[in-house]
Amino acid sequence: MDILGTLSGLVMDSGFAGFFADGGWKNLIMIALAFVLLYFGIVKKFEPLLLVGIAFGVLLTNIPGGGLYHMPMWDAYVNESAYDPVNDVALYETVDDGIRQIPIEEYLARLTCTAEEKAEVEEKIIEHLSFTDIIHHGGLLDILYIGVKAGLYPCLIFIGIGAMTDFGPLIASPSSLLLGAAAQLGVFLAMFGAILLGFTGPESGAIGIIGGADGPTAILTAMMLAPHLLGPIAIAAYSYMALIPMIQKPLMRALTSEEERKVKMKQARPVSKAEKIIFPILVATFVILLIPSTAPLIGCLMFGNLLRETGVTDRLSDTAQNALMNIVTLFLGISVGATTVASRFLSWETIKIVILGVVAFCFSTIGGLLVGKLMYKLSGGKINPLIGSAGVSAVPMAARVSQDVGRETDPNNFLLMHAMGPNVAGVIGSAIAAGFLIQLFG
Amino acid sequence: MKMPISDAAIAALLGYGVVFVGLVLLMAVITLMGKVMTAKKGETAPAPAAPAVPAPAKEGPAAPGSAGDIKLYDVGDREAAMLMAIVADKLGKPLNELRFKSIKEVK
Repeated sequence: MDILGTLSGLVMDSGFAGFFADGGWKNLIMIALAFVLLYFGIVKKFEPLLLVGIAFGVLLTNIPGGGLYHMPMWDAYVNESAYDPVNDVALYETVDDGIRQIPIEEYLARLTCTAEEKAEVEEKIIEHLSFTDIIHHGGLLDILYIGVKAGLYPCLIFIGIGAMTDFGPLIASPSSLLLGAAAQLGVFLAMFGAILLGFTGPESGAIGIIGGADGPTAILTAMMLAPHLLGPIAIAAYSYMALIPMIQKPLMRALTSEEERKVKMKQARPVSKAEKIIFPILVATFVILLIPSTAPLIGCLMFGNLLRETGVTDRLSDTAQNALMNIVTLFLGISVGATTVASRFLSWETIKIVILGVVAFCFSTIGGLLVGKLMYKLSGGKINPLIGSAGVSAVPMAARVSQDVGRETDPNNFLLMHAMGPNVAGVIGSAIAAGFLIQLFG
Repeated sequence: MKMPISDAAIAALLGYGVVFVGLVLLMAVITLMGKVMTAKKGETAPAPAAPAVPAPAKEGPAAPGSAGDIKLYDVGDREAAMLMAIVADKLGKPLNELRFKSIKEVK
């Protein structure tokens, strides 16, 4: 037995050797990033339910040789090109005006291997990838990622969110919807900024939706418009959602006067059970008729809410809120993290996305606050403008921030329930914004 | 494909406008629903007004483990249970030694 040869083979096949391969240092940086994200998730408790999963996905996908996720396979799927599973290569190349499919004969001619090996490669090349091929040739994270690619996980999460959300404050005070609309300002400003920075229309739409402060919406929109940017967009969206108190509080203090922050709002009217049952049916019908591309998000959100409110589907509501939500969150986090392959993630594009993300969050907050101030003036000082910042989705974190800043000025001021109206309106608003972007660029 | 800046500006303005128009229309629909429901409630108000005066509660000791009969007005079972538990805790008495006649939300 060739002991030295065996040992040498073991060393060369190990992941450690991969760090010394071409571009292997990038994997080391990504692994360090995974550790940082794990630290934020576990120690700082920043959106831990998703960030821990995403961080672990980042770690797994960047360990050389793991083979859990194959980026070229998904590139081939997205670009409808042939795929060589032996060498893990998508048969296309980027050219000035888009992409060029590489004919199989040309690809085989480029390979530097024996005729026997070429014949084996030719035999295994898949001309049109399907999900079945991905299950057959892919790794564990490829298989889990099918749920993202098919748009399944974000929609299932929306069922859970709907089942957990009480739309009562919004029904009692429908004007909250204006704040939910105003707080989408960052979405469109960031989209415009992204185009200025050289991104394409669909990429800009996917980046802009970070300003909606809604993780599943951001993931679904990115997956439909710019799947190659899904990793950085998801990480930016969830990181900023976790940092909402740090981003919003200074803006809220800067844009409102002490007098405005002290406003105590009148208790909203009680909402009957019948209204709560009719609400999801009405919203789903009306919004989907208005913008059909919102159907997956609004449909699932309102279906989940109907399960909660009917009173006859408690078991289903409980499953949507707990078991289903937990399972999907688990799969979603790790499979989204898996898309952060070093060779693609470590780029100027990612840095631009991170900057545009924070711009989007800031302007969404500003948009909500400004319309909040307008409503304060128009209502004769009855509406506290602090609830405007809750118009960014991020339920219920943004509403809690409104409550906290209100209580800093007057410890007896309770804004939480008033802020929940704009907060849940923001979920509907960001879904409509996403629907518009998908319709425009999809 | 890159998008001209003028087109991008129009798309951004249009998008923001669509969100606003969509939610303003939704606001109108929800307001209308609220008005219809409130009007319906008003029509049927005389009927439920009768029990506003609590019916004479059955006197006599409550059965062990029972809080007796209770009438709830605009209060859910969960809230009522929570309120009764708080009162019992504050009084330092077991729940089955107390008698609650009615719980009504003060508006």
